[in-house]
Amino acid sequence: MAGFFKSLINKISNRADIDWDDLEASLIAADLGVHLTTYIIDDLRDLGRKVTVDDVVEITRRHLSDKLPPDFPELTPRPDGKPFVILVVGVNGTGKTTSSAKLGLWLKNRGHSVCLAAADTFRAAAVEQLQRWGNRLDIPVVAGAPNADPSSVCFNAHKQAIADKTDFLICDTAGRLHTRHNLMEELTKIRRTMAKQDETAPHLTLLVVDATTGTNAMQQAKEFHKASPLDGLIVTKMDGSGKGGIAITIYENLDIPPRFLGMGEEPDQFAIFRRDTFVKEVL
Amino acid sequence: MFSTLADSLDKSFRDLRGVGRLSEKNITDALRQIRIALVEADVEFNVAKNFIERVKDKSIGEDVLKSIKPGEQIIKFFQDELTELLGGDQAPLDLNPPARVLICGLNGAGKTTTSAKLALRLKKEGRRPLLIACDLYRPAAIEQLATLGKQAGVPVYTPDASETDVVKVAKDALAWAENQNGTVLIFDTAGRQEIDDKLILELKRLHEFLKPKETLLVADAATGQQAVSVATHFDDAVGITGIILTKLDGDARGGAALSMREVTGKPIKFAGEGEKLDQLYEFHPNRMADRILGKGDIVGMVEQV
Ligand SMILES: Nc1nc2c(ncn2[C@@H]2O[C@H](COP(=O)(O)OP(=O)(O)OP(=O)(O)O)[C@@H](O)[C@H]2O)c(=O)[nH]1
Ligand SMILES: Nc1nc2c(ncn2[C@@H]2O[C@H](COP(=O)(O)OP(=O)(O)OP(=O)(O)O)[C@@H](O)[C@H]2O)c(=O)[nH]1
Ligand SMILES: [Mg+2]
Ligand SMILES: [Mg+2]
Repeated sequence: MAGFFKSLINKISNRADIDWDDLEASLIAADLGVHLTTYIIDDLRDLGRKVTVDDVVEITRRHLSDKLPPDFPELTPRPDGKPFVILVVGVNGTGKTTSSAKLGLWLKNRGHSVCLAAADTFRAAAVEQLQRWGNRLDIPVVAGAPNADPSSVCFNAHKQAIADKTDFLICDTAGRLHTRHNLMEELTKIRRTMAKQDETAPHLTLLVVDATTGTNAMQQAKEFHKASPLDGLIVTKMDGSGKGGIAITIYENLDIPPRFLGMGEEPDQFAIFRRDTFVKEVL
Repeated sequence: MFSTLADSLDKSFRDLRGVGRLSEKNITDALRQIRIALVEADVEFNVAKNFIERVKDKSIGEDVLKSIKPGEQIIKFFQDELTELLGGDQAPLDLNPPARVLICGLNGAGKTTTSAKLALRLKKEGRRPLLIACDLYRPAAIEQLATLGKQAGVPVYTPDASETDVVKVAKDALAWAENQNGTVLIFDTAGRQEIDDKLILELKRLHEFLKPKETLLVADAATGQQAVSVATHFDDAVGITGIILTKLDGDARGGAALSMREVTGKPIKFAGEGEKLDQLYEFHPNRMADRILGKGDIVGMVEQV
């Protein structure tokens, strides 16, 4: 987003009068949404004096900070010794499979044992994709037959993870549009299945959102949250031109915080969400 | 959504009742509302602004204020303009020999699925398509295309998993295609971010080698403000000839269609509306215009039922 900052400097310091339209455009382009942008612009206008670059940065950062959640502690294994179950959901192509693998590596690097469940039994070669990741990262993958019931894959993976005393089980699910009722029902069924061997599971449900997505991300979060209560977001493709400002809108409206960020196709291009870093990066 | 916009427009026109024709001055507030509505439908800010600027000039002098529902009238006006802009030149794909179609786009946009869908569509038209897997990065991307090709009943060129040079793969594929009796070659490429210079350069090299008559940008209908950056970067790099919008079976408003159409001037050729291979359809500018303005894709939904 360095480009945004630079263009901002040009826009403001080379002019006697600020071009509000232009500034508004820059903020909206950073995906801050129309509403947040309006607040920021109003605050700047309220200053009642010539606006400087510092004003814009400071006020924008403050608004962002106010609207983002504080940092969460890192994930820790369950005290009862049973696997901590993470369910990864989202619409098609957002980066669920890649993020499941990356999260697996992230946990593994912190000394935890991890198992992946290939619960996308629908999309062509989805199971192979996760298996490749498993091989590459040396993380076991439990898969079922093609077109098997995703719930049964999760059940079996859970069973194995319990037997192996695995710290974390990550279930990668098929992409589904939030408008497809029967596919959303399938998620509910997966959750019920996970609860059979541990009534507290799943322990964390993460929605994967693509940072390039516009206002529809809000709709996605709302509908997924209904079908399968969400604990957080993984915002992917932060290495692209999208800055994931939509995460702010989602948190503000639904109280679902960003928890992890994907920043590339490589397995280590993944980070836990930290408010200060995020705010600096958006600006 | 449509009714919300119409209602709020009605409100802003209410005070103007009896004023008569639209003038520069009395339309400003309404235009601002339409601009916000477009931006909220994911039309890029500047695209929305320019579009409205142009349409404004045409609308001045129109007799909408006398109508009972000036809000709807003005939306209708914008709807028509939007349809015209989105429609443009709906030319069919250039499939004169050697017919080569290069498929490109962001990660996860739907390129592999769309490649297979397009192959199936062309096959149904009586052509003999071939699919060529040029994604050497994503784990199991080659298997994915192979599986989809089998479902579509279309031969697929699958490079060795150890290949790293995409131009060499394309070269080998052309040699393979010689013996396949195919008439259209569809190249599925790896997903990439438009600001990733290294990967964009790779795509350029492939494009230079293939010299495809059609280079299609596959884009997710839910793309937000970045649609302009995406479309311009890909267009600058390889000169796209058209756009395919995917995941229109969702409820994204699809403003990206307008953004990309406007900045590249390239037509939207097809619409993907589902994960199944036969769910690639003609693009309907009028439905898209309704959708962007929030009127809902009622006709489309009815047709699908
Ligand atoms: N540049 C970039 N690409 C990413 C990132 N995360 C995932 N991808 C890419 O996005 C594409 C889709 O990723 P997947 O993990 O297959 O997405 P998915 O959500 O599992 O897709 P479906 O299962 O088909 O719904 C692949 O090309 C990934 O390499 C990221 O943070 N940055
Ligand atoms: N609902 C719906 N899903 C689609 C559509 N087109 C593609 N998909 C799904 O979107 C996801 C990503 O599709 P892919 O074809 O793998 O996308 P890609 O662009 O090839 O991805 P990369 O090669 O990783 O960049 C898959 O789950 C597809 O089934 C569509 O029109 N509607
Ligand atoms: Mg997947
Ligand atoms: Mg692909």
